[in-house]
Amino acid sequence: MNTFLQWLSQPWPWYVAGPIIGLTVPALLILGNKTFGISSSLRHICAACVPAGIPFFSYNWRKETWNLLFVLGVGIGGFLATNFLANPDTIVISEATQRDLAALGITDYSDLMPSQIFSWENLFTGKGLLFFVLGGFLVGFGTRYAGGCTSGHAIMGISSLQWPSVIATIFFMVGGFLMTHVLLEPLMKLVGF
Amino acid sequence: MSKVAVKNTGVEDPNCVAPNLQQNHDKGLELLKYLILGTLFGIVFVKAEIISWFRIQEMFRLQSFHMYGVIGSAVVTGMISVQLIKRLNIKTIHGETILIPDKVFKKGQVIGGFIFGLGWAITGACPGPLFAQIGSGYTVVLVTLISALAGTWVYGKFADKLPN
Repeated sequence: MNTFLQWLSQPWPWYVAGPIIGLTVPALLILGNKTFGISSSLRHICAACVPAGIPFFSYNWRKETWNLLFVLGVGIGGFLATNFLANPDTIVISEATQRDLAALGITDYSDLMPSQIFSWENLFTGKGLLFFVLGGFLVGFGTRYAGGCTSGHAIMGISSLQWPSVIATIFFMVGGFLMTHVLLEPLMKLVGF
Repeated sequence: MSKVAVKNTGVEDPNCVAPNLQQNHDKGLELLKYLILGTLFGIVFVKAEIISWFRIQEMFRLQSFHMYGVIGSAVVTGMISVQLIKRLNIKTIHGETILIPDKVFKKGQVIGGFIFGLGWAITGACPGPLFAQIGSGYTVVLVTLISALAGTWVYGKFADKLPN
């Protein structure tokens, strides 16, 4: 049992993780005719908590409780994996990325997330404004405007051969490349890195 | 192809990408299966380090194959599964015909997709990993999640005024 847990605790390679994620598509279809999509949960939470009479949030969100339970499960899964199946070794990040990020002032590679960014001390600073407030807002606004995120478009949409999802995925990548290669450095300088 | 019983149907609301087309809705404990499926999903997110801000940076800097392998093999697996469901006319466990709604092209997929991409490279997380990061103990990501909810709400508020 211990050896099994140790084996599970190593980082899982892409060819294990990718197919399991892909199988979520048929699993949801077969379990209950559900289309895979995670960003919809954000809409359902808005509809449940602050609908404010807006037509976009006026629908029966209770019918979509499954989606909210799914994302609750994602959080629980995160808790279980981190607390019971944690990788004993530090994350291995490509040396080229470490070099690029060191130039931006990110030097701590001991955890899955850079502690220099993702800490509560940064909350009321420019760093928090950029990485939590602005970043989160763009993710929420953009996914809803696009009608989906990586799960709904890139995985579910392309799996079912829908060309609008291919377009959406291309523009996810365009935005990501532009931010990473052009905007991130000046923005990080601006907030004090 | 003549045996294809699964039709792609239009949905009432094209903005909803994860529509629920089940006729007899799951209730009570039946809903637990989605919690369990989500839990497995969250474990994979952490174990394959998909929740890592570093892995997303590697992806956008083209310095590692990992994320491309994950997303690519997920798409291939999903594609094969959807084809099998269609060709073998597989039904849901409740015997319903499986329906996959057509996505309608709109400008939002370009503009919104681009905006999401900008955010993805900052937060290092698309919506799924946000939940897994919080569960993993990166509690400050709760702020990111609240901000993502605010972004979703602002989109909903101005949805009819934006080009689409």
